[in-house]
Amino acid sequence: MRTTLDATPARGSLLSDPRARAWLFQIIAVAAVVGIGWYLFHNTQTNLANRGITSGFGFLDNAAGFGISQHLIDYSESDSYGRVFWIGLLNTLLVSVLGIVLATILGFILGVARLSSNWLIRQLATIYIETFRNIPPLLQIFFFYFAVLAPLPGPRDSLSLADMFFVNNRGLQMPAPLAAPGMWPFLVAIAVAVLAVVIFAVWAKGLRHATGKRLPVFWVSLAILLVVPGLTVMIVGAPFDWEIPELRRFNIRGGWVVIPELVSIVLALSIYTAAFIGETVRAGIQSVSHGQTEAASSLGLSGGQTLRLVIIPQALRVIIPPLTSQYLNLAKNSSLAAAIGYPDMVSLFAGTVLNQTGQAIETMAITMSVYLAISISISLLMNWYNKRIALIER
Amino acid sequence: MTAHTFKPDLPAPTTSIGALGWIRANLLSSWFNAALTLLGLYLLWLIVPPLLQWAIFQADWTGTTRQDCTREGACWVFIQSRFAQFMYGFYPPELRWRVDLAAVLAIAGAAPLFIKAMPHKVRYGIGYLLVYPLVAYWLLHGGFLGLETVPSTRWGGLMLTIVIAAVGIAGALPLGIMLALGRRSDMPAIRVICVTFIEFWRGVPLITVLFMSSVMLPLFLPVEMNLDKLLRAMVMVVFFEAAYVAEVVRGGLQAIPKGQYEAAAAMGLGYWRSMVLVILPQALKLVIPGLVNTFIALFKDTSLVIIIGLFDFLNSIKRATTDPAWLGMSTEGYVFAALVYWIFCFGMSRYSMHLERKLDTGHKH
Repeated sequence: MRTTLDATPARGSLLSDPRARAWLFQIIAVAAVVGIGWYLFHNTQTNLANRGITSGFGFLDNAAGFGISQHLIDYSESDSYGRVFWIGLLNTLLVSVLGIVLATILGFILGVARLSSNWLIRQLATIYIETFRNIPPLLQIFFFYFAVLAPLPGPRDSLSLADMFFVNNRGLQMPAPLAAPGMWPFLVAIAVAVLAVVIFAVWAKGLRHATGKRLPVFWVSLAILLVVPGLTVMIVGAPFDWEIPELRRFNIRGGWVVIPELVSIVLALSIYTAAFIGETVRAGIQSVSHGQTEAASSLGLSGGQTLRLVIIPQALRVIIPPLTSQYLNLAKNSSLAAAIGYPDMVSLFAGTVLNQTGQAIETMAITMSVYLAISISISLLMNWYNKRIALIER
Repeated sequence: MTAHTFKPDLPAPTTSIGALGWIRANLLSSWFNAALTLLGLYLLWLIVPPLLQWAIFQADWTGTTRQDCTREGACWVFIQSRFAQFMYGFYPPELRWRVDLAAVLAIAGAAPLFIKAMPHKVRYGIGYLLVYPLVAYWLLHGGFLGLETVPSTRWGGLMLTIVIAAVGIAGALPLGIMLALGRRSDMPAIRVICVTFIEFWRGVPLITVLFMSSVMLPLFLPVEMNLDKLLRAMVMVVFFEAAYVAEVVRGGLQAIPKGQYEAAAAMGLGYWRSMVLVILPQALKLVIPGLVNTFIALFKDTSLVIIIGLFDFLNSIKRATTDPAWLGMSTEGYVFAALVYWIFCFGMSRYSMHLERKLDTGHKH
């Protein structure tokens, strides 16, 4: 006799079926999100109607009518809000790029110093890191802006270096390059030199792989980079005329001006972020096991070669992901600039433009999209780099 | 024939043991190292003596007005005379005992949690987390049970900073855990909602979010619903930090081997029970350092409320330095602020290290 095992369990309520429950939860969640969204949208519509604000991006073509203390592209008060957007974006990018470069350099020095065999250097690096990463970046910006740069002397009593660089409470004034007849040949020469170096390096690498013969790539490249532009300058003349700032009665005229807001933000953000990058770099280098160093020296590699060919490539794999998030943090922290009136994206667009036009939703949406776009671009770039250097496993 | 006896060992060379040996090994092991040591000493000489002169030996410690600051160094009189404002903001002086009492209750209430032998710790902890916020709200804000209302516009100083940070942590942790669970859920709709939420908040700076709270929230909400400025800022801080907490917790969840999920299911535990009883205790323990780092970041981020005009600790100091009676005191003010923030953040990071050691059960995943 055969007994049949009934495979289908007794059917309970629909609610105890996990799949039905999953559907139910998801429907509730989506309905809640849509409901909240509709509620906010509805309120916004009513509020906008009450206040008589017309939505839309037409305001971007209107004349801005206010001055901006730092613009990387030409700007006058009659320019449109659209142009203000580009100025804000460029100023934000300027802070982010300068900050990232400086913070990376300082951070790598700190990370290596934290692992130095020298006790004193190790302790100094630790003190630096523990001090600066525990102080809010905004406070550091304020410190540089209000406590360090603001008490500097006025333009008349500027501290000057060789009568070319002036430091005062209006910022740092320095000679500005102006295009001279030799500029284009000079730039072309640089491009040619760089191209030549790349071709030479690729060729040398191929030669090394094929025959094992090593060429002094570094020295040859350096020579190309120095000689080609140098010769061009000798033949066609100086590429730039320098406009040197000069002291007038009340002010210093001419030259490039780095405004104090920019100096304090870049300094504060790089000092702050460098502390975090230092820790990241230390952790990365420590993650490479000591056996790697021993293996490298048993192969006869020198200390420098071990570092360059064995330790750093492996450490970078660990360093890159957290380094990316530090870069992202720095880019986002650059918005702190708004607190001291540096004309960045937030203070120009979410601040001044919003106040003048009342287009809260549009300006905030634009501002936030810009930061989202910056964040996404940095992550994509770093992910690409990470993939390139990642361990290739079978 | 006499038996050969060994002479006793010579002591190690004096240059390789003791203080001298230590100095040779750690400071002067090579020419490069010796140069670095000199550089380090030079830096110290450059920084430390002037700093000590300014902050301690040449500083003015007693007095009441600016005129009492006659010496070269720092004028700590400024901090002394504004101390109450830095701590309480514009909280009415005669009611400041309420803030003090709330602080004492917070510490006294939390103290039993740190006693090892305390029974029913979890229950007590949950009870404390449920009761204390009500008590704190009653004491700080008042308006019922016989206490006079102190509107949040009068809150300020370090007290406001701590209130925002505490609310931020208390709100962001549970929300962040829920988001992390949602992000790893099997239900696509829930996952998409959570991922969108997390990535949005992580992609924008807190400043723009705070800006949004002051200019956009009034548009989003009905006219009659007039949310308090502080409350709006707190909501934004909670959402913002919850996204970061979620990513940290997700890291912990991913580190738990699949066997644990399966074992929990095999025990007949449903989703919530297996999460609360099996997965989360292990996952959260793994990510304590990350969570504390997020909380430290949150504490530092509270300083951004200056943007929407709240008078937190940093803002009260900034305001005080622009007071005509105390012009030129920005260095003292900001150094003091830095010291206070530093003590809080450094304390938190040390406590997390301690906690990590204490909870380390030895098995790493």
